[in-house]
Amino acid sequence: MFGALIIVFREVIEAGLIIGIVLAATRGVSGRGQWVATGVLAGTLGAGIIALFAEAIANAFEGSGQEILNAAVLGTAVVMLMWHAAWMARHGREMAVEMAAVGAAVSAGRRPMTALATVVGLAVLREGAEVVLFLYGIFAGGTSSSSLFAGAALGLAAGAALTSLTYYGLVSIPARHIFTVTAVLVALLAAGMAAQAVQYLDAAGVINVLSSQLWDSSPWLPQDGIVGRMLHALIGYTDRPTELQLVAYLATLAAMAALTWLSTPARAAHARIV
Amino acid sequence: MRGQLLAIVLAALGMASVHAVAQDFNLTIRNHKFEPQEIRVPAGKRVSISVTNEDASAEEFESPSLKVEKVIPGKSKGVVRIGPLAPGRYEFFGDFHADTAKGVVIAE
Repeated sequence: MFGALIIVFREVIEAGLIIGIVLAATRGVSGRGQWVATGVLAGTLGAGIIALFAEAIANAFEGSGQEILNAAVLGTAVVMLMWHAAWMARHGREMAVEMAAVGAAVSAGRRPMTALATVVGLAVLREGAEVVLFLYGIFAGGTSSSSLFAGAALGLAAGAALTSLTYYGLVSIPARHIFTVTAVLVALLAAGMAAQAVQYLDAAGVINVLSSQLWDSSPWLPQDGIVGRMLHALIGYTDRPTELQLVAYLATLAAMAALTWLSTPARAAHARIV
Repeated sequence: MRGQLLAIVLAALGMASVHAVAQDFNLTIRNHKFEPQEIRVPAGKRVSISVTNEDASAEEFESPSLKVEKVIPGKSKGVVRIGPLAPGRYEFFGDFHADTAKGVVIAE
């Protein structure tokens, strides 16, 4: 039972942290609950579908279908996070003013909640597919027992607890800072996803450059430990990064900063005048 | 339309990649164990390991030191691409049956 708990919890960590951040980043947006719930639901359904076709996916692209799919899913999430960052840079300040003035329950529904709901859905999809396959294996392997499912359920509950911890931790930040904090978190999240995506492409054999390992910090902070895993999900921490991973990470951070800078209204207006 | 285009591009990349990998090794998962449990590969080269899962249940081929985390569904096959590796021992395991499924890649 403990084994099942650990495996499911580990898979849920990443999706849980992302959902927590998205919920915090959209505080005060009406209807965000439905958006996030839709994302989770669609992601869960998608995970089931992926698990159903796991064999076909595994055999696609010369046995690298899974890596290609993961890279595509991560790449899409990065683009969605960039879209969100650009939008927030344009409208974030007015929203912060609104929230401070009238309380938390104002903000517009015109925000691109679709982008963040998609990110949530993709996170659940990626992590969920592994959980489904693992649980299916319990059945197929004939080692089925209710204690394993109890473990899985507890793992899921622990993941949900982590989500709410992330959320309440973030929303305790004063309203005027929360957009800055979540913007930084979203940028780091995107950078980490981009670094993961290039590693999948490398594993698939699509990319064959800069694949040497830069450093090994696993003795101090192992990526498969609980802290390492959380840092991996949050800021993309990798204990043995390749050169390409670092390049992708820094490039994504730079792109996020540039997008934010260019989309900020004052500068955009200035640019139009000039 | 855009989806089709993407699929074609990915397929082309996938085919191009076949020629990029130098050497192939085989690994079988049977009764939640790896066979063989030790693989010797050349250091400093890209290597591909074809993992066949003969069990009915899925297994996750995992190795932090090889930077691989890959689910191999029951009764199917997956290819793991690793390297270039520095000489040394790189342990791997089956995450879904970590107590029995263990192995090591030795780069030399």
